[in-house]
Amino acid sequence: MRKGPSIFNVTLVALGLAFLYLPIAILVIYSFNASRLVTIWGGWSTRWYVALWHDSAMLDAAWTSLRIAALSATAACVIGTLAAVVLVRAGRFRGRTMFSGMVYAPLVMPEVITGLSLLLLFVALDVGRGFWTVTIAHTTVTMSFVTVVVQSRLLSFDCSLEEAAMDLGCPPLKTFLTITLPLIFPAVAAGWMLAFTLSFDDLVIASFSTGPGATTLPMRIYSEVRLGVKPEINAICTIMIAVVALGVIAAALVGKRREWVGRT
Amino acid sequence: MRFEAVSKRFGNFVAVELLSLDIFEREFFALLGPSGCGKTTLLRMLAGLEQPTEGRILLDGLDISGVPPHRRPVNMMFQSYALFPHLTVEANIAFGLKQDGMPKPEIATRVREMLELVKLDGFGERKPHQLSGGQRQRVALARALAKRPRVLLLDEPMSALDRKLREDTRFELMELQNTLGLTFVIVTHDQEEAMTVADRIGVMNAGQLAQVATPSEIYEHPNSRWIADFIGDINLIEGRVASSGLGHTVIESMTGGRFLVAAEATVGAAVAVALRPEKLRIDTVASGASGENGFPGRVTEIGYLGGVSVYKVRLDNGLDMKATLTNHTRLTAQPIAIGERVRLSFAPEAGVVLLR
Repeated sequence: MRKGPSIFNVTLVALGLAFLYLPIAILVIYSFNASRLVTIWGGWSTRWYVALWHDSAMLDAAWTSLRIAALSATAACVIGTLAAVVLVRAGRFRGRTMFSGMVYAPLVMPEVITGLSLLLLFVALDVGRGFWTVTIAHTTVTMSFVTVVVQSRLLSFDCSLEEAAMDLGCPPLKTFLTITLPLIFPAVAAGWMLAFTLSFDDLVIASFSTGPGATTLPMRIYSEVRLGVKPEINAICTIMIAVVALGVIAAALVGKRREWVGRT
Repeated sequence: MRFEAVSKRFGNFVAVELLSLDIFEREFFALLGPSGCGKTTLLRMLAGLEQPTEGRILLDGLDISGVPPHRRPVNMMFQSYALFPHLTVEANIAFGLKQDGMPKPEIATRVREMLELVKLDGFGERKPHQLSGGQRQRVALARALAKRPRVLLLDEPMSALDRKLREDTRFELMELQNTLGLTFVIVTHDQEEAMTVADRIGVMNAGQLAQVATPSEIYEHPNSRWIADFIGDINLIEGRVASSGLGHTVIESMTGGRFLVAAEATVGAAVAVALRPEKLRIDTVASGASGENGFPGRVTEIGYLGGVSVYKVRLDNGLDMKATLTNHTRLTAQPIAIGERVRLSFAPEAGVVLLR
């Protein structure tokens, strides 16, 4: 047996990682560029982060995005978890196959189509488009991701735990809240994180379903970039990367700990 | 507790068919049967986790068929134990008591009592994953007993334990049942377990009760070929009743030879005679032993099990028989060797005549 990986393997891994992370690394490095010109290196500086702090339009957009992401992720978690419970637990009711297929459909549906259909719906219903329509649109799209994550956890869930709780005198709804929910919580939390990030970086659906006064961060960045890349954009993107990375690491750590506790 | 013509079907599969059964107060009742015979389904119907397709289940004369599990005075210990992994041992045991709205100090006292009862004092703060298999089993037992149910249901409670622990646990269960004075219903596929713990055993086969009786009755007086074959080791000799009367029957074996059993039967009926291996006598032909019901044969195999030895004998009429001998003395060599000519014999009282 060989001890370490061969040069060939190391090279492949390095190439793969470079392909994934080189663009991001460049973006992060240029966000600390002192020069106003994006492609010319002018030494290290944090001036764009300071400039960002005074860019109220950008900050507003970031705040809007955060609120939409948090709200839609929470709503998606509630609806998505309920859908998963029904699909796993309700047995073989009529149309079960159709329902599970329909839950998966938004995962593969082109965003442009989803966005357009939502826009048509909002127009038909004559709803004033803005913050709430984006939130609803994001809930619609992300809930199926939550359902998929929670469903896989529920499939491996030992039903006798729920039966034991009911046998000990716990009514069904309370059983779900005190036994099932705490045990599938890691999956629900992972679903929330996924829904949050999906909503936070969505450009297409938000563009279709928003109205005046509710500009999300990706929309703001996109419109700024069309006028030329400003160094502030690099800065805000770096912050976004940091936030997402921290979130993913936290979710992984929580999941790992929970899984260990959950093993009996 | 009473089952009245209970049936349970899952789609086209019949798990339990028109089953009627009485389980008495303070009884230790075992449901024994091969896997897939419907014994667990029966238990789950008692707990309310399954609804019978037809028939009624009565507890103290009241129909409980439609009562949901959380309103039944019945608790179950699950095969997988089903301990709540996110709760401590104490919280697991207290779970059922909390549902009843018992005041906190009382819960604490009861939990302490239960921990003492299952000899787990000091383990209350642990989580289930910090316990060994045997300890988890005790927690599951304590949790099911904490509410003082009218009936405790045990679904294969010892299947995950190793042999030694299983034997100890059996006696502990019997002791518990004695001291608490509850009705226990246990489901098991281990006949030794059922024979040890139960006052009465219901042997199930293909959704129906094949025989309900005390362990010794089931062993000594099986009511069918299937029961005789399922419980313990058995030699079955097929034959026809040649003559019968005055408490004795002469049976003509299908493979040749006649013998006498202490029972009465209709002349001409096709029957099987069941003989337990330990009730057969085995002598070397050389010893010159004689008497009734003797068959000559040759030893083909010897299994040494420590306490007893099993001899497989091919009779001259072609039947293969099994006989066991207790090893009374410390042997350096078997008294009977493979290939030796022997004579198998049995007392007329040893044979059971089976019509089914």
